[in-house]
Amino acid sequence: MPHALLIGAVLLAAFVFVAVAAPLVAPYDPIFQDATARLAAPSAAHPFGTDNYGRDILSRVVWGTRVDLQIAVLGVIFPFLIGTAAGTLSGYFGGLTDSLFMRVVDIILAFPFLVLMLAIIAILGPGLASFYIAMALVGWVSYARLIRAQILVLRQSDFAMAARSLGFGHARIMFRHLLPNAMVGSIVFSMSDAVLVLLNGAAISYLGLGVQPPTAEWGIMVAEGQAFVTSAWWIATFPGLAIVLLAFGFSLVADGLGEKLGVRQ
Amino acid sequence: MNRAASLLEVDDLVLHFPVSGGGALGLWRRSVKALNGVSLAIRRGETIGLVGESGSGKSTLGRAILGLEPVTSGHVAFAGIDVTAGRRADLARLRRETAMVFQDPSNALNPRLTAGEAIAEVLRVHRKVLPAEIPARVSELLSLVGLDPTLGNRRPQALSGGQCQRVGIARALAIEPTMIVADECVAALDVSIQGQIINLFIDLRERMNLTLVFIAHDLAVVRRLCDRVAVMYLGRIVEEGPTEAVFSAPRHPYTAALIRSIPEIDPDIVLPDAPMQGEPPSPLSLPAGCPFHPRCPHAEARCHADPPPSLRRRDDHGWACILEPGALPTPLNASPIPIATGESA
Amino acid sequence: MSAPLLRVEGLTVESRAGEAATRIVDGVSFALRRGEILGLVGESGSGKTMACRALMRLLPSSRLALAGGSVELAGEEIMGLPEAAFRSIRGRRIGMIFQNPASHLDPVMRIGEQIAESVRFHQGGRRRQANEKAVELLRQVGIPDPAQRAAAFPHEFSGGMRQRAMIALALASDPEILIADEPTTALDVTVQAQILRLLKEIRDSRGLSIIFITHDLGVVAQLCDSICVLYGGRVCEIGPKREVLAHPRHPYTAGLMACQPGTAGGSGRLRTIPGYPPASDALPSGCRFHPRCSHAVSPCAEVQPPLDPFAPDHLAACHNPVRQASLRTRETA
Repeated sequence: MPHALLIGAVLLAAFVFVAVAAPLVAPYDPIFQDATARLAAPSAAHPFGTDNYGRDILSRVVWGTRVDLQIAVLGVIFPFLIGTAAGTLSGYFGGLTDSLFMRVVDIILAFPFLVLMLAIIAILGPGLASFYIAMALVGWVSYARLIRAQILVLRQSDFAMAARSLGFGHARIMFRHLLPNAMVGSIVFSMSDAVLVLLNGAAISYLGLGVQPPTAEWGIMVAEGQAFVTSAWWIATFPGLAIVLLAFGFSLVADGLGEKLGVRQ
Repeated sequence: MNRAASLLEVDDLVLHFPVSGGGALGLWRRSVKALNGVSLAIRRGETIGLVGESGSGKSTLGRAILGLEPVTSGHVAFAGIDVTAGRRADLARLRRETAMVFQDPSNALNPRLTAGEAIAEVLRVHRKVLPAEIPARVSELLSLVGLDPTLGNRRPQALSGGQCQRVGIARALAIEPTMIVADECVAALDVSIQGQIINLFIDLRERMNLTLVFIAHDLAVVRRLCDRVAVMYLGRIVEEGPTEAVFSAPRHPYTAALIRSIPEIDPDIVLPDAPMQGEPPSPLSLPAGCPFHPRCPHAEARCHADPPPSLRRRDDHGWACILEPGALPTPLNASPIPIATGESA
Repeated sequence: MSAPLLRVEGLTVESRAGEAATRIVDGVSFALRRGEILGLVGESGSGKTMACRALMRLLPSSRLALAGGSVELAGEEIMGLPEAAFRSIRGRRIGMIFQNPASHLDPVMRIGEQIAESVRFHQGGRRRQANEKAVELLRQVGIPDPAQRAAAFPHEFSGGMRQRAMIALALASDPEILIADEPTTALDVTVQAQILRLLKEIRDSRGLSIIFITHDLGVVAQLCDSICVLYGGRVCEIGPKREVLAHPRHPYTAGLMACQPGTAGGSGRLRTIPGYPPASDALPSGCRFHPRCSHAVSPCAEVQPPLDPFAPDHLAACHNPVRQASLRTRETA
């Protein structure tokens, strides 16, 4: 197993553990405001310090893991599934299906990613659900293009021809023979995509369109800490570090998977 | 020819592929003229070799026979049923009774399935045996093609080229086909392995009364294995007949040149001092007249101008040329050469 | 007999994967005289290509390393030469052509320019002279209308024409030796016959020596003067063509000849060699052919057989060699 994959997997596993065991790991309630300890610097009682409401940063980072992991996972899974299905059908059947599909892709790609996302969220109203829907509507395009390109090549391969000559049905050829061989690239991509989704989620929350306060979420925490960067650096720094570390874990896994599965061009 | 005995009949088959691109608005869209009026009858239990150089259309014909290519015009009838009519039930029947073996043995197998899984899938889809009996049948098929059944647990990457080709054949046999189309199935194998696979086909043909369409550019292999041979050039059959008749007394100058071009292992059967000139023209733009005339040493004025000669037939041996039988010299390597090597087997 | 132009002694290439090192070319020796065509015959993994890459110092991977041997060109040892000095040999005194000329010709440069560039690089001179030489070379390799065709790009050439252009490119430096790595394998049989003819003509007109790498014994029988059969990285038989084909001593050579469908003619089962060629990471001990050999005797599995002489210049490495004649039964029958 490549080292990158091992380290990345351990890192991700640690985040999952923290998220699951948040009530046990966190020393305080994440939204409990201790008026006596506002803007306290890191100490034995508050290892990561407290914010301007006197909330424990460590506990908020720990509870935020739940929200941000969910953002990264759900923000990738929906586009992945939709994109894979669309790309497979389009690449396999070709012809009119494929032409229509490519036009839709062109239209979506014609808009800047974030602008389109913000527009969709603005229509649906702020909140995580809107964020996931927007991700699914915009993000599937990359997966669909990746899968379609692979399917187009694999469709011409001898084993696809062999499967047809053996009398297998379209569904079997697509999903059992072509898709498993086409997915390596997009699985690796999904890991690096998770990093972007995570940063997007944080950015959306930062803009006040995602997770709503007082829920602990790293993006919001960075936003809230921004005003105190010079006086109380710890408020924005620790959630920021958490984002970096989780993103690092995902990209290590992406690299390692790419190496292990042997991504072909 | 006795039409009733034919398992497969190909009638005036034409197959043109459009070439992508083709100028602004596709106005000059060209097409690859892969097959240009091929007619062929294959009898039950017969082994027929399709030979020719690149661009001859032999592989396209093989795939068209199995309904794997959309035909432009003409018909393919399998066991009396027209499979080019596009009826789903007819195609399904064709799939139940035919199978294909491919050139590149490792590419023809799904890299993510083990050899055993690939064979089991065919058994399951075609409901050949009860689910409980599948593992036993897989082992049986692997043994039939001369593989240790324990190799069934391996994926194609962990098998050698020859082993992969045997798995490909076992998978084809899982269908219990009446007819197998083998497309250049020994071309990618080492010489010492080629012989093993040819022998396997000879055995299987005897044991299962298989009809075999054997596509190859290697005439020596075809001569070894086939009852009949059809020589193709630029999408047409230029000569067709019993293998020995075609090899010992070719009637088309292309066949004669092809046979003379085989480098024989006997240094005394030398290649001609003046080998046939030129290369097969592109199937994108066929020459007018007989498609072989630009390379033909016997070409006359009418070969340039007249439409391509149609297949004439005498003594069950057809040829598409203005020359009469016996007009061509017998190739040096026409007669089989006895060979004795080492001690007897 | 004149001294050989090229003498290769004990050439060894190791493949290193982690701790283990396997000898994928193991003590290969052969000699090449001026004007001689030597056929290097073997199946996949026999080391035939690697041996030639090694003597050209073009090993394709950092895991492969030259582990010994000597190469003498016209009496001068070239194995120990520094890389800079070796460049005056590679491509200049020893040229190479390949199975797939399309990947060895620059796709965006006109054929004539590529050849002229090589002429100027190796021999200097003015552009016009080089262009004229390029056209002349294209004429020599049998390209029709060479002056016009020199302006074509590689993709405008057919497979056979590309191989001719590749040969012209290799000849641009006026080499003494040409290494031809399966140059006709990807070609149609009628075109192969043309290229074999061309190589013979070039040998005759220029006195060029050729090492012809192939898996096809038929091509060797037609083209070559001598044969060197490789198996599992070792030479198992070497000698003059007629001698080897008439009296193959190594069971592998005899087996290869017997399983050629061409000469066997007729129909029916072929004689075959059982089993598969060994993988380079699982080479058998002793004689590397022993697991597949019908002639194997007790020492074969442990002791590597030496190359023993059977006739002048005819050597075979076998503990229990074949004694019967092979070919030419037609005369006696």
